[in-house]
Amino acid sequence: MKIGETLDMRSGEGAEAVLRGVTVLDPVAGIEGVHDVIVRDGRIAELAAPGAAAEGLEEVDAAGLHAFPAFFDPHVHLRVPGQEHKEDIETGSRAAAAGGYCGVIAMANTEPPVSTPADVEALREAARESASVPVGFLATVTRAMAGEELTEMASLRDAGALGFSDDGLPVRSARVLRRALQYQRLCGGTIALHEEDPELSGEGVMHEGPASAGLGLTGIPSISESTAIARDAAIAGYEGGRIHVQHLSAAESVEAVRAAKAAGVRISAEASPHHLCLTDEEVRSLDPHRFKMNPPLRAESDRQALIAGLVEGTIECVATDHAPHAPEEKDLPFEQAAMGVTGLETAFAALHTELVLPGTIELALLVERLAGGAAPFGLERPSLAPGSEANIALCDLGAEWTVGEQGYESRSANSWCAGRRLTGRVVMTLAGGRIAYRLRSFSLEVAR
Amino acid sequence: MKHLLAIEDLDRAGIEAILDRAESFAEVGRRDIKKVPTLRGRTVVSLFYESSTRTSASFELAAKRLSADLVSIKAAGSSVDKGESLKDTCATLSAYDPAAIVIRHPYAGAAQLVAGWSEAAVVNAGDGKHEHPSQALLDLFALRRRLGPVEGRRIWIVGDVLHSRVARSNLSAFRAMGAEVTLCGPPALIPRGIEQLGCAVTHSLDGIGEADVIYALRLQRERMTESFVPSIREYAAHFQIDSRRLGRNQLLMHPGPVNRGVELSGEAIDSPQSLIGEQVASGLVVRMAILYELLAAGGERPAPAEQAPTPIGQPA
Repeated sequence: MKIGETLDMRSGEGAEAVLRGVTVLDPVAGIEGVHDVIVRDGRIAELAAPGAAAEGLEEVDAAGLHAFPAFFDPHVHLRVPGQEHKEDIETGSRAAAAGGYCGVIAMANTEPPVSTPADVEALREAARESASVPVGFLATVTRAMAGEELTEMASLRDAGALGFSDDGLPVRSARVLRRALQYQRLCGGTIALHEEDPELSGEGVMHEGPASAGLGLTGIPSISESTAIARDAAIAGYEGGRIHVQHLSAAESVEAVRAAKAAGVRISAEASPHHLCLTDEEVRSLDPHRFKMNPPLRAESDRQALIAGLVEGTIECVATDHAPHAPEEKDLPFEQAAMGVTGLETAFAALHTELVLPGTIELALLVERLAGGAAPFGLERPSLAPGSEANIALCDLGAEWTVGEQGYESRSANSWCAGRRLTGRVVMTLAGGRIAYRLRSFSLEVAR
Repeated sequence: MKHLLAIEDLDRAGIEAILDRAESFAEVGRRDIKKVPTLRGRTVVSLFYESSTRTSASFELAAKRLSADLVSIKAAGSSVDKGESLKDTCATLSAYDPAAIVIRHPYAGAAQLVAGWSEAAVVNAGDGKHEHPSQALLDLFALRRRLGPVEGRRIWIVGDVLHSRVARSNLSAFRAMGAEVTLCGPPALIPRGIEQLGCAVTHSLDGIGEADVIYALRLQRERMTESFVPSIREYAAHFQIDSRRLGRNQLLMHPGPVNRGVELSGEAIDSPQSLIGEQVASGLVVRMAILYELLAAGGERPAPAEQAPTPIGQPA
């Protein structure tokens, strides 16, 4: 399934442009080199030699810039319906476009949760009216996310639900998850799992370790996540189901996914930029705007295990878990503040700055993993091979910027990168064949 | 020092300055007129989101002894009851231009937030399970008076460390003054990883004989229903400090209020080794010293024997 055809976005003309002299890097398609990328009617027509004739196309001087397959985020919260004061489809998809994304998958833990075919249809309609990039929607696994009865999974799939998740909450009952995985044989649709044992995480607000001990904050132990993964992987293996593990945070969790893959379970996994870049030491600041989320920031050894998992492919994709919150939900003591941080606008720049520039991972690996979130949901990976739908992130790897200095496309400002100086910036995004974003100063420069 | 949010805000010299200042106020307390004019015309707000007896009473009396105007707000019966956020409450109180805000709050970091939202000097009078720095300072004051310097002394903190802000502040304060600290309690009530703060951890009172000071913590009765300990009886059997376990040359402390017969036996509380009454008495002068240091000292530190400010009504 192609992203632009399967997911929903605002209608518009297919892009007609030539990116002149751009350094193209698509490690999966095996493309690396300087080309004129010619886009006609929303498709990559040709990777031409520099100086190629291109009649009637918008000229983009991309010398010194990099073109990557645009990124795909399988885990965002667009907050529609019910929490439009935090985000909506327009602002959230604009944030995605600004981050170089050609598609996102919205979680279903809205108010009310996305549990009926009518809910899915209404969201798809809204996306066709206001989304800057293609948006897919998950439906909940259980009715109203109550964890008890299954939603009408087959009808939801017919209405266009890309898959299922009770994200925000785990599927607490092993029996319910087993039934969902049995039913999946009928209707398909990957089940994405927020893995947490509420008995172990309790009232916890941060990782359990020396930092929580010193702060007097209740800890969430790593095993709260890893034991849940082990249980669910065993159920999925038994039923032959397809599961996707969301926002891995702990070393034990990486090990649990690795073991499940070795045992032949149909399982994929994601990790977030904040878990790949930060540790629980940040929480000593008691700043919930940037450092309170679930799962929590964990120890340096966990962070290293996540990076290793990303490199070896146990974790196939980066997912931001973009979770916007209004200021009044964060301007509170740490324990009372809402969980979640935004990440769409900074994912590439943050990981480029924190992992690629110091030499921890290769640029090609980052590019591959940032687009790795499509396949787990049955979508074609964004590609720069000629003939592909134009899904391109055009990046200036040398651009330095301070996050938040010029505001955000997102309606919310709870970016974990707020105030950080980052190197590398998305200057233009093509998504689903359309031009979805241009950095303002970049456009001006082109005009000159 | 602009605020007192955590013991880490103070170095050893800063702690000693407050203790020395408290000594001078103790001298004032023995006079007929116990009030000094230091904070005349300045406002101190006492903002308590949690019930408190000794902390609120001693801070409020301390402010009055320093001649400050006092505004005392309890969460119950105030706009907090009506759902006003901490930030909005701060904005409201700022309209009165307080010199200091003393805040007790059920959540960690509340005092730090108030410090960011207000121009006033902020005193953390307890934030969740995080810190209670004035308690640690008054404990050091009481201990120093009885024992002399705590440098090199062995101090055992016994009981429910997990839920105790006093344990955290006192661990920092005792260590800052050069004491060796051991934490002792049932495994589920000692937070994982706390030994990295620079203390020993044990789950048995077997070695308690080495302690110069035993600092017992309050065990809240509801901890039993959450399976932190199987029963109060079993807790008391293993961790109660009684006359059998309390050596003749050991000192006993407790932040109060005590559960008699749970963490401490009645004889231990009333024993001559007990500092509990002196801890309470120290609260007033130490809290006067804290307000003085924040609002009046202007950064200079008193020599240990420096005279207290002249009492009201006496010739300067």
